[in-house]
Amino acid sequence: MWRFVLTRLGLVVPTFIGMTMLAFFLIRLVPGDPIETLAGERGIDPARHAALMKDYGMDRPLMVQYGLYVGRLLHGDLGKSMITQTPVVEEFIALFPATIELAVCAILFALVIGIPAGMLAAVKRNSVLDHGVMIGSLTGYSMPIFWWGLLLILLFSVQLGWTPVSGRIAVAYYFEPVTGFHLIDAWLSGEKGALKSAASHLILPTIVLGTNPLGIIARMTRSAMLEVLSEDYIRTARAKGLSNLRVVALHAFRNALIPVVTVIGLQVSVLFTGAILTETIFSWPGVGKWMIEAIARRDYPVLQGGLLLLGGVVMLVNLLVDMTYGVINPRISRR
Amino acid sequence: MSATPASLPRTPVTNPEVAQPPGPLREFWGQFSANAGAVAGLVIVVAVLLLAALAPWLAPYPPDLTNNTAFLRPPAWQEGGSSAYWLGTDAIGRDLVSRLMHGARLSLVIGIAVVALSIAVGIALGLIAGFARGVTDIVIMRMMDIILTLPSLLLAIVIVAILGPGMMNAMLAVAIVVLPHYVRITRAAVITESSKDYVTAARVAGAGRQRLMFQEVLPNCAAPLIVQASLGISTAILDAAALGFLGLGAQPPAAEWGTMLADAREFVLRAWWVVTFPGLMILITVLAFNLLGDGLRDALDPKLKR
Repeated sequence: MWRFVLTRLGLVVPTFIGMTMLAFFLIRLVPGDPIETLAGERGIDPARHAALMKDYGMDRPLMVQYGLYVGRLLHGDLGKSMITQTPVVEEFIALFPATIELAVCAILFALVIGIPAGMLAAVKRNSVLDHGVMIGSLTGYSMPIFWWGLLLILLFSVQLGWTPVSGRIAVAYYFEPVTGFHLIDAWLSGEKGALKSAASHLILPTIVLGTNPLGIIARMTRSAMLEVLSEDYIRTARAKGLSNLRVVALHAFRNALIPVVTVIGLQVSVLFTGAILTETIFSWPGVGKWMIEAIARRDYPVLQGGLLLLGGVVMLVNLLVDMTYGVINPRISRR
Repeated sequence: MSATPASLPRTPVTNPEVAQPPGPLREFWGQFSANAGAVAGLVIVVAVLLLAALAPWLAPYPPDLTNNTAFLRPPAWQEGGSSAYWLGTDAIGRDLVSRLMHGARLSLVIGIAVVALSIAVGIALGLIAGFARGVTDIVIMRMMDIILTLPSLLLAIVIVAILGPGMMNAMLAVAIVVLPHYVRITRAAVITESSKDYVTAARVAGAGRQRLMFQEVLPNCAAPLIVQASLGISTAILDAAALGFLGLGAQPPAAEWGTMLADAREFVLRAWWVVTFPGLMILITVLAFNLLGDGLRDALDPKLKR
C-alpha cells in the first residue's frame, strides 16, 4: 500500500513542475511585454519602461525568470492582479468557497439522481425505463450547459418567477462569512429567510452544473452494474434464495461502485470547466467568473495563477481518488 | 508450387456467392444497423451535413441580411410572426432559419477541422511514444498528463485569451485540449500491437521502422481512433460553441451557434426563440455525433462494448 502511495506521489511532482512551466511560458506568448500591457494604449517612455522591466526582473534571461517564478511559487506568492493589485492567492481564496459550494451541490445532485437511475436501468435492462434513462443520460452528457442555463432561467425565473436570476443571495441579507459557504453561513447567522434565499439562488446553478456529470454517472453506474450482475457470485447469491433487492443492493452495488468512484473523481475537472460557464450565466461570484473577467481586463497574473491553482486542485483530488481506489480495491495497490 | 499436380484431389468447388463470409463492411453494417440509436445518430449527422452543404441554396435569406422592419419577429406560429420568417428574426432583423443553416457549416467545419488536426498530431506523437519508449515516451506522456489534468475549457480559454479571440485560435485551442486522448489511444494500441507475432514477423522480414509504424501497426489501431474521432467531433463542437458563447470563439457577425447564443443572451426576457433554437441545434448535433460514436464503438471495437 505505501509503495503504491509513494509511486503515485512521485508521479505528481513532474506533472506539477510541468504545469508551472506551462503557466509560465504560456503567458510569455502574449504579444508585447507585460509592461506595455500594463501601460495600455497611453504608451510609456523608454527610460521608464526599462526601469520597470528591471523592477519586475524581466531584463534577466528567461530561465532565470522561471527559476525566480518557481521560487516565489514555493513561498505561496503567485503575483498580484494587475488591476486590483491584490495578491492572486488572496483573491482566489476569497472566491473559491463559492465555486466549491456550487460544485459540491452539483455533484451531490448528480449522484443522488444518477446512481439510482443507473441501477434501475441495469436491473430493468431493455425495459422502457432503461431506454428512458439511457436517452436521458446521453442528452445530459451532450448538453451545452450555457444554453441549458439560459433555458432554465427562461422557464423558472422569467415565466414562473420561482427562482432568482443571478447572484448568491438577496442583497437584503448580510452576515459575516464564517465558512465562506453561504448555505452554512446563512444557517449559522440565524437571520430569518437568509437560508431560504441562499438555497433558492443555488438551485438552478446546481442543476446546470450537475447535468453533464449526471449523464456520465448514470451511464457509468448502469454499465458497471450490468457487468457485476452477470458475475458468478451474483448467480450464487440468487441461487441461495436471497431476495432480488438484497442481491442488488448489497452484493452487486458495492462492487459496481468501484468504477463509479473513479468516474466521480474525474468529474472534478468537468465541474471546474462547467463552473466557468455556469458562473458566467448566473453571475455567481466564484473563480470561474473571476477568470473570465480577467480575460476581458487582460489581467495575466490572475489567468496564470488561476490556471495553476485550479490545475493543482484537480491534481490533488485525482491523487486522493487514486488512493481511495486503492483502499476500496486492494488489488490495485498490491499490483 | 506454381501448379497443382493433377493427381491431387481438388477442393470441391462450391458456389462462391453463397459460401463467402460477409465482407468486413457488410459485417460492420450488420452490427451497426442493429443499434437503433446509432442509426438515428447517423441519419441526423447526414441531415446536418446536407443542411450545411446546401445552406446557400436552402436558406431563404443570406445569413447577414438585416431587415429594419422586422426586429425580433417571433416564429411563424406565434402571434405577430409571419411565414416570411419561419423561426423568427434576431435583434437586428436577420432570419433565424438562414443563420442556423449557415451555423451548421461553421460548427461542422470546426468539429471536423479540430478532430483532423488533433488526430494527425496525436497519431504522430502516439506512434513516436509507443515506438521510441524510454525518455521520449515519458516526456510526451507527461506533457499529455498535464494537459489532461487542467480543466479542458479553462486551458482552452487561457490559450485563446493569449492568442486572441477568433475562430482559428479557438479551433487551435480546442485541438490542443483534446490532443491527449488521441496520443494515449495510439500509444496504447501501438504497445499492444507491437508485441504481436505479425509485427515480429514483419521486423524479422526486414521491415524498417517507418514501414512497421505506418503499414503494419497503424492500420490495426484504426478502430479505437475512429470511435474517438466521432466522439471527438461532438466535444469539439461543444467546446467551440462554449468559447463562442464566452465571446472568445467565432466573432460576430459570424453565424456560429455559440456566438449567436451570446448575442441572444440579453434578449432572454423578451424573445425566447433567439435563445432556444441555436442551443437546440448544438444539442441535437452533439447528441447525434455521440450516438454515432457509441454505435461505431459497439460495431468496431467489441471489447469496449458496454
